[in-house]
Amino acid sequence: MDFLRPATWQEALAAKAEHPSAVPIAGGTDVMVEINFDHRRPEYLMDLNRVAELQEWEVGEDTVTLGASVPYSRIMESLRAELPGLALAAHTVASPQIRNRGGVGGNLGTASPAGDAHPALLAGGGEVEAVSVRGTRMIPIDDFYLGVKRNALAPDELIRAVRLKKATGPQQFSKVGTRNAMVIAVCAFGIALHPDTRTVRTGIGSAAPTPIRATTAEEFLTAALEEGGFWDNGKAVPPAVARQFADLVAGAANPIDDVRGTASYRRHALAVMARRTLGWTWEQYRGKQQDERNQPCA
Amino acid sequence: MRVTFTVNGRRQEADDVWEGESLLYVLRERMGLPGSKNACEQGECGSCTVRLDGVPVCSCLVAAGQAEGREVVTVEGLAGEDGRLSTVQQAFVDAGAVQCGFCTPGLLVAADELLERNPEPTDGDIREALSGNLCRCTGYEKILDAVRLAAARTGEAV
Ligand SMILES: Cc1cc2nc3c(=O)[nH]c(=O)nc-3n(C[C@H](O)[C@H](O)[C@H](O)COP(=O)(O)OP(=O)(O)OC[C@H]3O[C@@H](n4cnc5c(N)ncnc54)[C@H](O)[C@@H]3O)c2cc1C
Ligand code: FES
Ligand code: FES
Repeated sequence: MDFLRPATWQEALAAKAEHPSAVPIAGGTDVMVEINFDHRRPEYLMDLNRVAELQEWEVGEDTVTLGASVPYSRIMESLRAELPGLALAAHTVASPQIRNRGGVGGNLGTASPAGDAHPALLAGGGEVEAVSVRGTRMIPIDDFYLGVKRNALAPDELIRAVRLKKATGPQQFSKVGTRNAMVIAVCAFGIALHPDTRTVRTGIGSAAPTPIRATTAEEFLTAALEEGGFWDNGKAVPPAVARQFADLVAGAANPIDDVRGTASYRRHALAVMARRTLGWTWEQYRGKQQDERNQPCA
Repeated sequence: MRVTFTVNGRRQEADDVWEGESLLYVLRERMGLPGSKNACEQGECGSCTVRLDGVPVCSCLVAAGQAEGREVVTVEGLAGEDGRLSTVQQAFVDAGAVQCGFCTPGLLVAADELLERNPEPTDGDIREALSGNLCRCTGYEKILDAVRLAAARTGEAV
């Protein structure tokens, strides 16, 4: 094995082009487990910790550019307002020690259906900035996950950052597991209201070969909210609409039975999480609307 | 490969390090610092917790080469030069928070960092900060007592 230590982003790209089989290591919280247990013996291990820009983020007018190696603990502390769904998801990852090292780039690199960042990224909407010496590609998050632990990166590409829309409305993340800390999701659900476009987006984790959106459920809810004038009148979502949304989310999943749970439990839990998180986000949206309405006229 | 970094304030070097080796292995097997424990090698138990540039991490999941040039603090670095136990260490002894002791080094490093960052932690803060450290003996209550005791003593000392 060779240990590559690029000091800059350009050096990292050059090294990856020269050795496409090189395995990047950022927080190491996936890679080192595989090496410790002899599941992986890469020819080249490429440390990304020296590349400072991967640890940085930038908050722009409408978007956040989140460096691939920004650890979860930073996301929780510093990006709660801009990326509430991802910050909530980050807080559910493992333990403080793991959150201090692991980040979204590694979660995307591994592309496990159980990765907690994925439902939040799918619901929030974003793009993965994949870079090689050949140039930069912006991969829409919807096109990034190809199969169980397979993603859309080419062998010579590295993730520089994820570009995410700044939240324009409430977002939630919910995860089922046996305890609060250190738990792989039995299943997980992310939801984001986008009042600017009057749409709702979702993300499902651990309930299909890849993280997925529940698009039929999104379309149903978006149409129901529009028809009822709910974005403007700020009324509560009727229980029948919430129920149908929850059923459609459960229907979108394609779960399996495994040691963590059965397929039917996963479907049931997804429906419950979908209904609850819709309730929480919509109440938050209504509350904000009402506050705005109660503002005295200037 | 050769790896050089600072451990508990001293520059240390290790030769013939295998490229896939963990920081934990280098500390224990090459630098004679067996305080950090190896229990799971997969980030689950926290008994290998050290600080890397001040931040608590599982040393079993840091590649040794990633520590090059950086600052590591292990449990061996908590006591004073004269061997006097630190506040957190003394509190663990006094509260009876140590049984077999295997989890203790990781918990000490995590608790020490918590109190440095947050000298008056709530019970919720303590539970969260120690949520990555497993103990199979104590049932955790005495560990929580110890951290509360250390916090109270730190407060008095100020
Ligand atoms: C005890 C424990 C508990 C865990 N719990 C959770 C959990 O609750 N939820 C969860 O989602 N995950 C969990 N994980 C998995 C892991 O922490 C996450 O997947 C994390 O996001 C990985 O990030 P990392 O920086 O450590 O990745 P690394 O291990 O460094 O890398 C992971 C993969 O991504 C690739 N990679 C890294 N950076 C880049 C880049 N910039 N460009 C291209 N490829 C890259 C690597 O080559 C590798 O294939 C857990 C892990 C452990 C050990
Ligand atoms: S040995 Fe590192 S976390 Fe268990
Ligand atoms: S004292 Fe034995 S594991 Fe904690």
